[in-house]
Amino acid sequence: MKRVALYAAALGFVVFAGFPFYWMLVTSFKQNRDLYVGASDLSHIPWIFNDPPTLEHVKLLLGQTDFPRWVLNTLVVVVAVAVITVAVAVPAGYSLARLVGRWGERMGMGIFFTYLIPPTLLFVPFSRLISLLGLQDSLGALILVYPTLTIPFCTWLVMGFLRSVPWEIEEQAMIDGYSRLAVILKVAPRLIVPGILTVVVFSFTLVLQEFVYALTFISSVDKMTVSLGVPIALVRGDVYHWGALMAAALFTSIPLAIVYNAFIDRFIQGFTMGAVKG
Amino acid sequence: MTYHRSLADREDVLGGVMLAPALAYVILLVGVPFVFAILLGFSNATAGSLSFEWAGLGNYIAILGDPIFLRALRNSVVVTVGSQVLVVILATAAAQVFRATFRGKRFARFVLLLPWAVPVSLAAIAWTWIFDSTFSVINWTLKATGLLHGWLYWLGDPALALLAIIIVQAWRIFPFATVIVLAGLSSIPQEIVEAAIVDGAGFWRRLFRVELPLLLPVVAVAVLFGVVYTATDLGVVYILTGGGPANTTHVLPTLAFQRGILGADLGQGAAIAVFLLPFLIVVAIGMLRLAHHTEVGGAR
Repeated sequence: MKRVALYAAALGFVVFAGFPFYWMLVTSFKQNRDLYVGASDLSHIPWIFNDPPTLEHVKLLLGQTDFPRWVLNTLVVVVAVAVITVAVAVPAGYSLARLVGRWGERMGMGIFFTYLIPPTLLFVPFSRLISLLGLQDSLGALILVYPTLTIPFCTWLVMGFLRSVPWEIEEQAMIDGYSRLAVILKVAPRLIVPGILTVVVFSFTLVLQEFVYALTFISSVDKMTVSLGVPIALVRGDVYHWGALMAAALFTSIPLAIVYNAFIDRFIQGFTMGAVKG
Repeated sequence: MTYHRSLADREDVLGGVMLAPALAYVILLVGVPFVFAILLGFSNATAGSLSFEWAGLGNYIAILGDPIFLRALRNSVVVTVGSQVLVVILATAAAQVFRATFRGKRFARFVLLLPWAVPVSLAAIAWTWIFDSTFSVINWTLKATGLLHGWLYWLGDPALALLAIIIVQAWRIFPFATVIVLAGLSSIPQEIVEAAIVDGAGFWRRLFRVELPLLLPVVAVAVLFGVVYTATDLGVVYILTGGGPANTTHVLPTLAFQRGILGADLGQGAAIAVFLLPFLIVVAIGMLRLAHHTEVGGAR
């Protein structure tokens, strides 16, 4: 009896969490005459394929919209942001964990708190700043501004990650005659690799998810990223191509979900900030 | 050589050099815009020109006399509180389910994380389709099961639209809260739970008397992040209702965007966004208190 309740509850959560994704899937592959039947027609069941599935929406999305272009734009921004974030946040995290002493914890906390200052508070001044820099309506604006979202969190992540790496390896290198700088350049990078991987993954997920700055800075359809282009530019006037829209949402969600599933524990360590001693 | 050697061994110098780019980025591109955001609220700046004149409290007097703004402020509070209450209930319940072992748990966990992984804007467009006035699958299902006789215009009715926004925000944040609570559950010392079982405490007693009090700091972390994510979110409302019908479902970020960016009135947009600060200050204080709390607990 207890097992039945457990499975029922688990099923309930799976249905609630997963239902919009099931709906994306069904919508993406339904024929239009199966899709656009008013919900007041109770004889037509919308939950299933009443007609054979079709690839016409996927063909429309990939062949006749700017979706491939948006994917490309997104990848460009992802690579640039990941490079900047690794270059800035990894040394900072190392510095806070190993070099600046007892100030490290407090400064780390200070940097982390800037992660709480949201884009919706800063987009007004940024719209001004970006046009002063001549970056309006360009991917450069996103590449410049997105690291403000990744650096604080990633610095914190790297700092926390290094806490769990024993100091002895670096200490031994110094006993062996390495200077402190040589330890940082030659020994530390190998120890930090898993931390760097987490930073890259976090940058990737953030760029794919960000909407506010993209909406503020980008107005040309061919400069958009996926998360901006799909909900804004795939809607032509008042015409919603729901099949293509849902296919785009589905194709973007799948890689993100896989990545999240693999890295969830590391992200959570960052969020709980030691409130959970694992 | 000796000089080089000593510089290469000075931890404070190396530490400063390695920290400098991150500090510069945060100060120049978060700190300065943040101060600028507050100053803009007291100016009559517009997007078209570069003029920047002091307007005193003009923007604040204007928005505080504006029913649309007051409605947006109220909506922000209602949506944030409403969705976080749902999140706490859903997340503590889901954590109880997902700590148990059962067949298909890996798949269930994968699905549970989907709402958190998907970009906000894409989730919002999917929900827009789910709440569609003509094709809503929710309406079909309610009618087919005999629970609904009339018709629900989800995004066309102000009260229903606000409910829809709360549902989507709770849906998007509860997986994150669940994972955090699960992490907290696994850190509760097993001896305490076992002692409670030996003392004859049943499931509910154990849950409410032993585990939930111990989980409080972790639930608080989940709620604090949840408040930030919900109160400062633009995407869900912007895509789901666009603030409509008739400006009844605006929240602070969408109204700030409409006035500040679309309407090019930077001063008023900034003044509206400044009202997000109380939400953030509450969260920052909460986090500092938690951090202090755990420090004290850790020192014991």
